[in-house]
Amino acid sequence: MTSEATVLNSTPEQLKAARQARYSPGQSAHQFSLYLYPLLALALLLLVNLLLDPQFFSLQWQDGRLYGPLIDIVNRSAPVALLAIGMSLVIATGGIDLSVGAVMAICGAVCANLLLLGDWSIPAVIGLAVLTGLACGLVNGLMVSYLGIQPIVATLVLMVAGRGVAQLLNQGQIVTFQNPDFAALGSGSFLGLPVPVWLVLLALLIMQLLLRRTALGLFIEAVGCNAKASRYLGIDDRGIKLTVYLLAGGCAALAGIIATADIQGSDANNAGLWLELDAILAVVIGGAALTGGRFSLPRAVIGVLIIQALSTTIVVSGLPAKFNLLIKALVILLVLMLQSELFRHQLKSLFSFGKLRGGKV
Amino acid sequence: MKIKSIVAGLGLCFICHSSFATTVGFAQVGSESGWRTSFSESVKAEAKKRGIELKFSDAQQKQENQIKAVRSFIAQGVDAIIIAPVVETGWTPVLREAKRARIPVVIVDRNVQVHDESLFVTRIASDFVEEGRKAATWLMSQPQAQQQCNIIELQGTVGATAAIDRAKGFNEVLAKHPQAKIVRSQTAEFTRAKGKEVMESLLKAEQGGKGICALWAHNDEMALGAIQAIKEAGLKPGKELLVVSVDAVPDYFKAMADGDANATVELNPHLGGPAFDVIEGYLKGKKDTEKLIRTTGDLFLQDTAAAEYEKRRLN
Repeated sequence: MTSEATVLNSTPEQLKAARQARYSPGQSAHQFSLYLYPLLALALLLLVNLLLDPQFFSLQWQDGRLYGPLIDIVNRSAPVALLAIGMSLVIATGGIDLSVGAVMAICGAVCANLLLLGDWSIPAVIGLAVLTGLACGLVNGLMVSYLGIQPIVATLVLMVAGRGVAQLLNQGQIVTFQNPDFAALGSGSFLGLPVPVWLVLLALLIMQLLLRRTALGLFIEAVGCNAKASRYLGIDDRGIKLTVYLLAGGCAALAGIIATADIQGSDANNAGLWLELDAILAVVIGGAALTGGRFSLPRAVIGVLIIQALSTTIVVSGLPAKFNLLIKALVILLVLMLQSELFRHQLKSLFSFGKLRGGKV
Repeated sequence: MKIKSIVAGLGLCFICHSSFATTVGFAQVGSESGWRTSFSESVKAEAKKRGIELKFSDAQQKQENQIKAVRSFIAQGVDAIIIAPVVETGWTPVLREAKRARIPVVIVDRNVQVHDESLFVTRIASDFVEEGRKAATWLMSQPQAQQQCNIIELQGTVGATAAIDRAKGFNEVLAKHPQAKIVRSQTAEFTRAKGKEVMESLLKAEQGGKGICALWAHNDEMALGAIQAIKEAGLKPGKELLVVSVDAVPDYFKAMADGDANATVELNPHLGGPAFDVIEGYLKGKKDTEKLIRTTGDLFLQDTAAAEYEKRRLN
């Protein structure tokens, strides 16, 4: 019996079941546990915070916005969350983008200097900053896809040079500006929530629709799994790679705008410094494979929230500052191990060792 | 081109020797920051005031350029050399050459690592401990600090000399005032963004900052970030919560002029004066100078902030 005949002979119920059973990108049978462990880790961290500070979960309405430690965590996550959204796509194609932190610094410098010139409207400033970010992404993308340079090397170029470009724009100084309208992008609020949070939600929604409601997400994963095979199937793998670096550049530009607006100044040396690593870490916590072929934007954002909650925990804990990095490393390691099915299995067998002594191992 | 300039330099040297003016070569790091620029300017101004012929060399943050400059100073037969080293190591050969030519060398700002201390006359550096002491002494003289005073400390980068020593000096003074204590201390890595983020969390952990009387930041940038956080928490920095830090950058003067910050200790860029004092003494025959001379900048308050801001902004 051919498959055509199966379709012709099946009942409507069978057809419906078949339609639901087809591959849908980003979904998998054990999706529940994929979300369970990152969320569990996040909940645990928040619980530790609650123990350290009993008012940690308190939310107040102050100056027309929600105010409290939880809001801070979400708000402070915004730049890295945007980076992680872009980074997810790059990593899904098997690449990596080390330059996003430097791109943040460049876009921040562009914003600050344009605002100092005075005769630029806010949308124009934002537009130019995003264009700058896209241009940086274009450089990365061209080097990776058309020149065939290893992604880690290609983006390393801009990681180093980009900060130099930003310093050049700022002439080695920290450029500050007074512009309440632009500052609102970083520290303002809309409907009670900080503006950066809305920007992240918007970016997440648009990207998720773009990736999962069109074939783009599937193409990205296909290129990440096997670029050559996808090319034989008719997918423009170079174009796909160029696109993801462009998107990462655009996301980095948004992150740079938020960071600059937040402190009302552009600090070329420190803006976005090492944030590319946080973004990569968040993507990994979100369960993406660094070899490509698999990604999830919501889980990457949960990863960012875990990292930020951890930073806040360390600050609130009152431990001497010299322990910060060590604690961060240990907790992250634990979170990553908990996500590994193999490790959970070993952990389980370790605790049930007594029961199993006489039986199977 | 190079030979020409050396010949010109030699010629110039001949003239100045004939007029008995002191010639000093100054090997500067480069222009890495605003502080570095004002340091260079201060040395130039001081030399002009004293009638000293200054040969200025900008090494563009490279030690090899500095060594080249020092060698050319030796070849020109200057009376003394000032070095603001880029890095600590690798100075022994060129310092030996200077010693052989009997030219005294003064090290300013950063340290040099040499086994033989007789290779240089003295080292002049900022006293970070004293900066911390000055900040604490001012804070403890305020009426708010006479009763129970809880302080939040924003530390610099963990392990940085400036952070360790400023904390040491501050805590030294604080130990004499039992009513005051640091209740929260965390690093904000000397940056404005971190200063804001860390302060946000610390204020919330301290019941919205109600019981806090002062913020002590190891540099102005962190304090400027923290001031934004304090404002967003609905408190008035500079009034309900005193703000004191170190560096004296122009933006901080603006914050002081606006009443958002209270005091800052200047990270002294005027290292030229003491350096020329030592050189002039040495040339007159005073050879037993201490190997380390420490300088501190002044404390600046709100009353002079507006004028200082205008002065510094133009630089």
